[in-house]
Amino acid sequence: MLDHLEFKAPEPKVIAGAKSDWELVIGLEVHAQVASKAKLFSGASTTFGAEPNSNVAFVDAAMPGMLPVINEFCVAQAVRTGLGLKAEINLTSAFDRKNYFYPDLPQGYQISQLYHPIVGEGEIIVDMGPGVARRVRIERIHLEQDAGKSIHDMDPHMSFVDLNRTGVALMEIVSRPDIRGPEEAAAYVGKLRQILRYLGTCDGNMQNGNLRADVNVSICQPGAYEKYQETGDFSHLGTRCEIKNMNSMRFIQQAIEYEARRQIAIVEDGGEVVQETRLYDPDKGETRSMRSKEEAHDYRYFPCPDLLPLEIEQAWVDDIAATMPELPDEKKARFVKELGLSEYDASVLTAEVENADYFEAVVAEAGDGKLAANWVINELFGRLKKDDRAITDSPVNPAQLGAIIKLIKSDKISGKIGKDLFEIVYTEGGDPEKIVEERGMIQVTDTGAIEAAVDEVIAANPEQVEKAKANPKLAGWFVGQVIKASGGKANPKAVNEIVAQKLGL
Amino acid sequence: MSLNKLTIAAARDALKKGDVTSVELTEACLSEIEGAGALNAFVHKTPEIALEQAKAADARLKSGDAPAMCGIPLGIKDLFCTKGVPSQAASNILEGFKPEYESTVTQNLWDAGAVMLGKLSMDEFAMGSSNETACYGPVVNPWKVDERQLTPGGSSGGSAAAVAADLCLAATGTDTGGSIRQPAAFTGIVGIKPTYGRVSRWGVVAFASSLDQAGPMTKSVRDAAIMLGTMCSHDPKDSTSADIPVPDFEAALTGDIRGKKIGIPKEYRLEGMPAEIEKLWEDGIAMLKDAGAEIVDISLPHTKYALPAYYVVAPAEASSNLARYDGVRYGHRAKLGAGEGIVDMYEKTRAEGFGPEVQRRVMIGTYVLSAGFYDAYYNRARKVRALIKRDFEEVFAQGVDAILTPATPSSAFGLGEMADADPVAMYLNDVFTVTVNLAGLPGISVPCGLDAKGLPLGLQLIGRPWEEGDLLNHAHVLETAAGFAAKPEKWW
Repeated sequence: MLDHLEFKAPEPKVIAGAKSDWELVIGLEVHAQVASKAKLFSGASTTFGAEPNSNVAFVDAAMPGMLPVINEFCVAQAVRTGLGLKAEINLTSAFDRKNYFYPDLPQGYQISQLYHPIVGEGEIIVDMGPGVARRVRIERIHLEQDAGKSIHDMDPHMSFVDLNRTGVALMEIVSRPDIRGPEEAAAYVGKLRQILRYLGTCDGNMQNGNLRADVNVSICQPGAYEKYQETGDFSHLGTRCEIKNMNSMRFIQQAIEYEARRQIAIVEDGGEVVQETRLYDPDKGETRSMRSKEEAHDYRYFPCPDLLPLEIEQAWVDDIAATMPELPDEKKARFVKELGLSEYDASVLTAEVENADYFEAVVAEAGDGKLAANWVINELFGRLKKDDRAITDSPVNPAQLGAIIKLIKSDKISGKIGKDLFEIVYTEGGDPEKIVEERGMIQVTDTGAIEAAVDEVIAANPEQVEKAKANPKLAGWFVGQVIKASGGKANPKAVNEIVAQKLGL
Repeated sequence: MSLNKLTIAAARDALKKGDVTSVELTEACLSEIEGAGALNAFVHKTPEIALEQAKAADARLKSGDAPAMCGIPLGIKDLFCTKGVPSQAASNILEGFKPEYESTVTQNLWDAGAVMLGKLSMDEFAMGSSNETACYGPVVNPWKVDERQLTPGGSSGGSAAAVAADLCLAATGTDTGGSIRQPAAFTGIVGIKPTYGRVSRWGVVAFASSLDQAGPMTKSVRDAAIMLGTMCSHDPKDSTSADIPVPDFEAALTGDIRGKKIGIPKEYRLEGMPAEIEKLWEDGIAMLKDAGAEIVDISLPHTKYALPAYYVVAPAEASSNLARYDGVRYGHRAKLGAGEGIVDMYEKTRAEGFGPEVQRRVMIGTYVLSAGFYDAYYNRARKVRALIKRDFEEVFAQGVDAILTPATPSSAFGLGEMADADPVAMYLNDVFTVTVNLAGLPGISVPCGLDAKGLPLGLQLIGRPWEEGDLLNHAHVLETAAGFAAKPEKWW
């Protein structure tokens, strides 16, 4: 079992209506594009941004007589995801057809897994601050095909279709209605995205639509949710609306907030919420109904006769399990426990898998977790942010940063010189140890030299000496002067001691 | 004897001996096809391809390393996608469609050196039992009664007519509910539907994916064995294709069925069945018995539910399979008026492109899958299907080797005769054949006699799954005993 940090559940969000308080109940269906070079049922490439209709196999275009063949790698990715969410893996699953007409759906059906998904129940722990987290149950994960793209704004009279995305593998990850507020919903998506990226099963790129969510929102009176939890009876909850296709965590929060208030207003007015799909308009900050004649679909699901039931072996699942990476919760716990980091620092460093990898490489070199965490979070992240660079694009590699930290730890350079050195390595590159030697940046700990420098400053500033004797706090001024005179190389600890001694403090 | 009248086996031997060339065979067929316009069987002729392939086959034959099908001129059902050649499933909705790929089955045939004479008519999307739903107009059966034109059956009616009229040495067919076996019986030829999964469906326009299988339509059982062997293969491009070795089917034709158990299912004795059919069946039983087989009465209790189940499952799958014909990417697209949108395009395109029988089945299929009806129709039909399969499994478990039934409830009927009839009357043509598709079994139709009008009648043998060799051997014995040698008198 997972070595979680201890946590308690967050309070549900409460919205005050005109007549009473209301709580929210939220469940999400996240569509995550499977990280795979080829599509779910064809060998066509999944590269983003290719020329329209260039990544299309005959079967993707639904040419007559063409047949789907399952991509084993996509199945492995779904299994890996299931294992990452501590979920049940179904050794037998099956594909169904979801039938509807749309120009970017060439077959006239989407191949999906309605009746027998590949992954069953799992869970995600969503961190909501130190010691506070929501346990969100996962109902299922199934594999399905993505649709293509219809383009309506290129020509006043015609629509165009790009089939590059048609047939790309998606995982639909369905949560239980365990989420109790807009912030939790966004944090849930964030946590899921983090896990998927750790697993390497989805790149989590929300801008490109590689991770998008349908958000189900309903409202209920305080206490009603607990009744639902006890009985499993959904009638204790309000009627839900589904907000489709959200690809920003900020918009997810805004949309839920708006939608909850809309529903509260309806119910407090004596009306009834109608179960429907809605779209969020970020410009207007509101959701609106998608309902139209075309939308009133009967999908006529039935088992896809072109595909046999998908049977996988436990041994194959075990092989995948054996190659699972350390996941964010485990990594964070380890950083706190073994490296002595604060929970906050551990969270920051594990947020993105690339950050964690970088940090661990620095620790391997420098051998000091806390110091490494300070340097990575404060210096490196700050500097990268200034340049708007990603960590994967950092001019300072972990070995270099580790070497800088080692120089500080061994008192060869001061922390301040370390920052200068970091800047040199960042802008010019090079081996930190050599730079320190070549440029004479090594800290002076020779007490004779420091004494001479202190004497000089004391002799030149008799007034300051008097003041410092009256107020010992002013001794720091001498320390600063001496270090400045040494070009920052004098060991501050040694200077402190000698200044105090010479001033007779 | 004209070369086009040869069987595959005879042509193979003559080709090997060098008595004849593939070019000569091909030219004989092409010239026969030219004169057979009245049959309306060949709808896209490919003489250039044929002669090129024939020349290549002759070269291969000369080199001495030629497979059995090398140099054999064939007709190909329009349901098979053939690269660069019109392949439109006899439907207006695929007007002008020339695939950029070759179906696995036809590719297997070309790889073995076979020759493509052209594409053969069929019922639109393989939906029909009379070849009257083809967009090319009906195919005419070479067999005639007086001056009345008859149906060759369907859906592989073009294939059946072409083989029966010696326009080609053999043809490909496909069978979803009897579409190989019924037309074979109506035209006095042999047609086998192999075990589901034996033949790749890749590149064959889908009607009902869980039932569709391709097979050969030939002049003899031996020819069926030879050609089936070439058509079969495990195809990784078809997930339902079985990874099972393909035996030498011809080698299985020993003519010895002594001690084999032949089941006679009582449920196939239909009320009101013509006496001639009854008589033919009795004759068949006697022939197999004379050959040393043991005849046993068997029961397949769920048979009466097969036809209704079939007419739920097949249209359901078809309604989904045919959704791709939407006018967006290929084939027919309706002209739209000002202000008309995508829904108008779908509706007009499909209304113009699909004939009435296809529209009927798409609507039935859509209905049985729709919310609220799924369990009552589709799910129930699936359960019935499982029971039908179990009926057969139980009989085979009792040691039955093959089952003998009539192939059709009648001989060929007149073109247009069923035009005003209830569609269900037409569906009844499949009553003896659909069970085999629902159970995924191999079935073969063998011509065994003529009725009083002088029209051919066939018997069906049903075999154990994957035992096509054994099934063909039984058929071979039946064929030999029946000695069916009648040919239609040439009128076209």
